[in-house]
Amino acid sequence: MVPMSWYLALGAVLFTIGAISVIVKRDILSMLLAIELMLNSVNLTLVTFSSYFQELSGQILVFFVMVVAAAEAGVGLAIVVLLFRNRQTVDVDQASMLKL
Amino acid sequence: MEQLFFIIFAGIALIGAVNLLLRRNPLYAALSLLTTMAALTGLYIMLKAYFIAVIQVMIYAGAIVVLFLFVIMLFNIRVVERQTDRRGYLKWLALPFAIILIGQFVYIARLFEGNPTPVGTEVGLTEMVGRKLFTAYLLPFEVTSILILAAIIGAVVLAQKE
Repeated sequence: MVPMSWYLALGAVLFTIGAISVIVKRDILSMLLAIELMLNSVNLTLVTFSSYFQELSGQILVFFVMVVAAAEAGVGLAIVVLLFRNRQTVDVDQASMLKL
Repeated sequence: MEQLFFIIFAGIALIGAVNLLLRRNPLYAALSLLTTMAALTGLYIMLKAYFIAVIQVMIYAGAIVVLFLFVIMLFNIRVVERQTDRRGYLKWLALPFAIILIGQFVYIARLFEGNPTPVGTEVGLTEMVGRKLFTAYLLPFEVTSILILAAIIGAVVLAQKE
C-alpha cells in the first residue's frame, strides 16, 4: 500500500517544476505547456484525496478542471496564432504592450 | 509491488517534467508533457480512478497536446534566440520562489501524514461518477457547456483572417 504522502509529494514537485517553467521560459507556447503541467499536478492531488477519503467530489472537480483546461488551450492557442501572424515571433518580451 | 509501480510511474512523470523544463524547442516540450500525462494515467489507475484515467488519455493526451502539436507544426513556429535580453537576471528569482513553494507544500502535506485510509474499490467507477455528475453537479455541468461554446466562438473569431 502506497502512503498518501508519496502522491502528494509527487504532485507538489510537478507543480513546482511547472511554476519554474512558467517563470524561466520566454516563448508563449512553452509557458502554456507548463500551465498544463501545473493543472495536471493539481488533478493528481485531487484524485489522491478523492481516493483516500472515499469522496467522489474530487474526481468531479478533476472533470471540470479538464474542461476548463481544454477551453483555455483552445483560446490560448488562437491568441498564439494571432500573435505569430502579426509579429512572426512567439517571444513574450516582444508582446508586452498588450497592443499590436 | 504497488510501491514499485508507483516509483516507476512517478519516475517517468518526473523525467518528462524535467525534460519540459530543460527543452527550448516547444515541440519537444509538448512531447515530454505527453510522457508525463501517460505516467499520470498509470497513477490514476493505481488510485482506482478509472474514469479520470480514461478522460486523461482522451482529453489531455488526445485533444489538448495534439492541438498544441498542430499549432507548432502547421505554423512552423521556431524559437529564435532573442536579441534583447534586458531582464535576464529576473529568471534567477525562480529558485527562491521554488523553495518557498516546496516549503508550503511540505507544510500542508504533513497535516495529512497520519491517516492513510485504504483505497476503496467502489469509488471511481464510471457509473458512480456519472450518477453524481448528473444529479448533485447538474448545474455546473450545464454551465460547462456554455463555457465550451464561448471558447469555440472565441477561438474562431480570434484566429480568422480579416
